Amino acid sequence: MNIIIVGGGKQLHFLTKSFVSKGYNVTIINHDAEYCKKLARMHQANIVHGDGTKPYILEDAGASYSEMVIALTKEDPHNLVICQIAEKMFKVKKTFAMVNDPMNIEIFKKLGVGNVICTADIISSFIEQKISIDDITNLFPIEEGKVAAMEIEINSDFPIIDTKLKDIEFPRDATIGCIIRGGQAVIPRGDTIVEEDDKLIILCLPKVQSEVLKTIRGRTD
Amino acid sequence: MKAMENNQARDEYIIIVGCGRLGSHLARLLSKARKSVVVIDKNEYAFHRLSEDYSGFTIEADAIEIDTLLRAKIHKADVVVATTNDDNTNVMIAQVAKTIYHVPKVVARLFEPSRQLVYEELGIETLCPTILSAEALKNYIMGKETEELE
Repeated sequence: MNIIIVGGGKQLHFLTKSFVSKGYNVTIINHDAEYCKKLARMHQANIVHGDGTKPYILEDAGASYSEMVIALTKEDPHNLVICQIAEKMFKVKKTFAMVNDPMNIEIFKKLGVGNVICTADIISSFIEQKISIDDITNLFPIEEGKVAAMEIEINSDFPIIDTKLKDIEFPRDATIGCIIRGGQAVIPRGDTIVEEDDKLIILCLPKVQSEVLKTIRGRTD
Repeated sequence: MKAMENNQARDEYIIIVGCGRLGSHLARLLSKARKSVVVIDKNEYAFHRLSEDYSGFTIEADAIEIDTLLRAKIHKADVVVATTNDDNTNVMIAQVAKTIYHVPKVVARLFEPSRQLVYEELGIETLCPTILSAEALKNYIMGKETEELE
């Protein structure tokens, strides 16, 4: 697979290393000539010196036969233009744009960029979720946080123990998708009884997340 | 009644992003033509280029942040012109104006001619000073010859 990465910094080094080790063919575009020389010494990748937002530089980097373009520059407009030119002119199937301002996530999507990554947003939501809840062992947002999936381990002091699912007063916008019991997955029904050490996998809208937790744990914090 | 309609048509609301030489000059011309104009630039110093007879508004903020465009009431704008010194910024602002806020007339200034095609495909009106100057110069230099050809 041919991958083009535009930009620099730690993320670039990490991605390049990991892609090269998987056997992918990586091409890096950077506008700083000195930095390009450094990159050429560090990585087993093709390096193109130039402005990655210009069509002919992307062409030099082989955009027309690349499967993926990743835009990692510090400027949001550059990342937008890189992805759009890659998609429109070179018909690249997968483009990824890094966004520095979380407000731009929606805008990029509306303007047709397939994959938008915002580090600030990911970090802040991750930290928020981690600090507020200890019983949740795993939590991940789906569709940029429109739906939250979480895994909660049932402790002995939770009020919902020994209750049938249908008797638990759950918010309408939440559902228990699966129960992990003794390493086995159980698909829950209304008459399934919650036991200690069960792991509930819950899908819910973010707005009812705290309500769900309150119902399960019987407390808020 | 007709006169009033004409009056309203003349009262277009225009947002200019970037108060450089082009932005400031255009703002002055439009302001003189009694249009309502708002100029956005992230550097307050840039507004010194506007002359005293400029009667429109100025906003000191980064137009890449959507809040800035909302503050400038982009949903009410009839025209958005992006004239910052960065092509990509211009293109992004133009697309936001056109695609998200459905501004009827949107123009982006592009220094780099090679990108023009892509954005014309996307329905963004672009203006490239490089090409315009080159054509003007060509006409000036070869003017006589072309006339003869025709």
